Amino acid sequence: MSAAVQLAAAGPGLAAAGHGFLSPTGVEIAFVLVGLATLGAAVLSVTTRQLVHAALWLVVALGGLAVEYLLLTAEFIAWVQVLIYVGSVVVLLLFGLMLTKAPIGRSPDADSGNRPAALTVAVAAAGALVWVVVDAFRTTWIALDKGVQGSTAVSGESLFRHWVLPFEALSVLLLAALVGAIVLSRRSGHDSGQGVGPGPGQGKEKR
Amino acid sequence: MHLAYPAVLAVLLFCTGLYGVLARRNAILVLMSVELMLNAVNLNLVAFDVWLRDTLHAGQALTLFTIAIAAAEIGIGLAIVLLVHRNRGTADIDKLRDLADPPPAGSPALHDSMAAPTDNDADQARRARRQTA
Amino acid sequence: MTTTTAAVLVPLLPFLGAAAGLLLGRRAPGFVRPLAVLPTLAAAALAVLVAVRQGGGAGGGTAPLTAATRLADTGSVPVDLSLHIDGFAALVAILVTVVACGVQIYSTGYLRDDPRYPSYAALVSLFTAAMLLVVYSDDLIVLLVGWEVMGICSYFLVGHYWETAAARSASLKAFLVTKLGDVPFLIGILALADDTGTFRISEIHTRLTAGVPLDHPTLIALLLLAGVAGKSAQFPLHTWLPDAMAGPTPVSALIHAATMVAAGVYVVARLLPVFASSAAALAVLAAMAAVTMVGSALAALAQDDIKRVLAYSTVGQLGYMTGALAVDDRGAAVFHLIAHGAFKALLFLGAGVVIHAAGTNSLAAMSRMSGLAPRIPDAFWTMTVALLALAAVPPFAGFFSKEAVLGAAEHAATGHTSGVPAGVGWTVLLAGLLTALLTAAYAARLWLLAFRGRGEPAPDHGRQPVAMNAVLWALFLPTAAFGLAYGTLPDWFDGESLTPALGTSVLGTGLALAGVLVMYGAWRHTSARAARAPLGAVAAHPDAADAVSEAEAIATHEAAYGSIAGARDPADPGRLLLGPLHRHAAVGFHLDAVYGALFVRPVRAAARLVRFLDREVVETYVRGAGGAPRLLGAAVRRAQTGNVQTYLGALLAGSLVLAVAAVLVAAGA
Repeated sequence: MSAAVQLAAAGPGLAAAGHGFLSPTGVEIAFVLVGLATLGAAVLSVTTRQLVHAALWLVVALGGLAVEYLLLTAEFIAWVQVLIYVGSVVVLLLFGLMLTKAPIGRSPDADSGNRPAALTVAVAAAGALVWVVVDAFRTTWIALDKGVQGSTAVSGESLFRHWVLPFEALSVLLLAALVGAIVLSRRSGHDSGQGVGPGPGQGKEKR
Repeated sequence: MHLAYPAVLAVLLFCTGLYGVLARRNAILVLMSVELMLNAVNLNLVAFDVWLRDTLHAGQALTLFTIAIAAAEIGIGLAIVLLVHRNRGTADIDKLRDLADPPPAGSPALHDSMAAPTDNDADQARRARRQTA
Repeated sequence: MTTTTAAVLVPLLPFLGAAAGLLLGRRAPGFVRPLAVLPTLAAAALAVLVAVRQGGGAGGGTAPLTAATRLADTGSVPVDLSLHIDGFAALVAILVTVVACGVQIYSTGYLRDDPRYPSYAALVSLFTAAMLLVVYSDDLIVLLVGWEVMGICSYFLVGHYWETAAARSASLKAFLVTKLGDVPFLIGILALADDTGTFRISEIHTRLTAGVPLDHPTLIALLLLAGVAGKSAQFPLHTWLPDAMAGPTPVSALIHAATMVAAGVYVVARLLPVFASSAAALAVLAAMAAVTMVGSALAALAQDDIKRVLAYSTVGQLGYMTGALAVDDRGAAVFHLIAHGAFKALLFLGAGVVIHAAGTNSLAAMSRMSGLAPRIPDAFWTMTVALLALAAVPPFAGFFSKEAVLGAAEHAATGHTSGVPAGVGWTVLLAGLLTALLTAAYAARLWLLAFRGRGEPAPDHGRQPVAMNAVLWALFLPTAAFGLAYGTLPDWFDGESLTPALGTSVLGTGLALAGVLVMYGAWRHTSARAARAPLGAVAAHPDAADAVSEAEAIATHEAAYGSIAGARDPADPGRLLLGPLHRHAAVGFHLDAVYGALFVRPVRAAARLVRFLDREVVETYVRGAGGAPRLLGAAVRRAQTGNVQTYLGALLAGSLVLAVAAVLVAAGA
């Protein structure tokens, strides 16, 4: 971080003349590189014809995002991301793939018939959003050197000071989701308990 | 750091997820794409929280909530997919066409080609499973 | 009871009788006859009472009875429910009620077995009430109400035998043709009210006698004349009347001879100052009267149906009345109206008896039938006198009234009537004299063919009901003697003398006698041929009721004789006299064909065009309006594949477009 960053300390959202696309900082370079990797993994995850590979590419993408969180000084979020997503959600998805007898190896029909339409919509949306976002935040800088914004201590303090009530409400929601998942995945009658009940349960326990 | 970087990355991830939701055939892959979209939103939340230096840390708190809700969603979603797979014998979204408008009585060709096989297949699959179980 | 109360009750009683008859007709058949006869009888008594109390009206020095109550304050010209009873109104009301009474009583016998008698009697009562409203009303709008009610009653009553096609089409024709005249009539009333600022006839009189001229007298008079021509069956709107004979005979007697057709004449008489203020209107009236008189008399000579002879005769006699009005003498017109009402009602009622007795309405068939007169002595004698009255043979009623008309015409022709061009007088006088000759001829023809037939004896149906014969004799009295009242009548009217002038009397009577003699000669010449040309079928069952005989006679006439009007009878003296004219006279001088070419065919063509446009053009749009959404629906149905991803894709694409549009708008691009 150089003098340019010093200038940005004037305040978030202010256009700082010292910044420029042509003089990236180290954090920026790291962010862009990791971002490219994340994006590539995400694209592979939605395009690969091997279903299990898709889940694994998703792991890469989510992990990349955790790194991005770290770079944005939100370390607690980054660890939660790794724990929940990489640790449990993807595992859950893999279980789901297996339970639905997803084929191992290349399956030619991984994409449905409206792929061109999907591509059109996605590209158009990307174009429109990128245009809008770039147009809006062209001259906005984040002052990363003004202290860590998302350390565990800070996050915990704000969470249990200001966000206690939503936090508790969320726990009720998770309970309801747990019950719902169990009810949905129960087999009718009394046949073997080889269901997917534990799936959502794992997610709950992790929290 | 330039705010456009995380914002553009979030947009691109979101649109990638969008493409996945619209193009993938397997329901579990669709769920994965949904996760991608949710993560794009999370990235946005975190980036703007850091930019605004919010004293309440609303962005990060919301990100945590989103992650929790995403976990719950994936749990319920997988349960539904499994149930559909058990009942219908498939987790392919484009074969689940009960929402289709039944063709008029005057066009039996359409009727044969579209609506009937779906139901029959599902029923046969269910019956077959019952027998094996 | 004050005179006003009595006068109000006169139209009200038949109306209540009609309402009660329509309500109770089916449930209490026993009340139908009393409900039909008694209110009319009471109305007749009250009308006589009103006339006696009212005395001579304007001419006799007594002021006319006028009473009014505001009916509707329209904002400009108010509508009043008002009475105005002068000598004209009082006498015409007596004529209407007396004839209506006679017809109601006659109908109890004539239609005794008719299942539709209750509604028939109620309609006759309603008609009587409407006619009395026209007679007594001082307000033109109220008068118009009665006028139109009469029209609709006429429609229903002409169509009484609706099982026969002739009656159905005749009722429609009567309705449409009179409506054709009623529309200008309504416009004329409104124009008149616009000019004078009132609907009250008496106030219009006051205004005109005070010397305030109308703004558009000719226009108003001609518009009113159209309605009068329709209602009073004057040329060129007379064609409905002969066809209207498809109704029952009592209806013909009441509506199409004595009263309704006289309503037009009566209205002109009431509004005569309006007409008199326009010489052009008087000239049109005179020309109309002349053409009507002569044409209808010629047509009457060629008719085979006894009732159609009488119908054309009615048209001709109404022509006399309009002729009298054209020379600005309403006293003579109303005098002839009343006298004619009496003897023509008698003739029609008698004709009903004759038709039943003979079992046919064809004169050709009657002329091949002997001994008809002794079977029905009452009808024979009364009809003989009535025919003499029709032919204007002294001393019967027709003579005096017709001479009054001719005298008035002569008065105008010699230039003694101010405001009436001499040409108008001459037209009416000459046409009247010619018509007197023809009238006598067709009256003689009718009598000779009906009562002096030779051949098979007429079937014996027994005596006619007392009710019918009593009515004939009751009407016989005015027919024979009403003319002698010429001395006192001017007191009731405008005071002008109605005494026959010597010159026109001699001339008119001479022509009448000549007509009778020529017809007798022709009959002597042709009656020998009757035996050689068998003709005529008596279709009706001998013992059937009168109305049934008549309905069957009407229904079978065209089948039996080839035409509803004439018959191919070489023994017809009328055929001999008319020569080549007979063919045209039998069909009313092709006026129906002219109307057919002028109106019916264009209207039919227009209807076909409309039908085509409706079926082919409008329907196409309608089908298109249904088909396009259906196609669209089919297309949209294709989109409903059930594939959630397609739906979602479309949803997102749509929201994307919206978002971009919103951004562009916000950016001001």
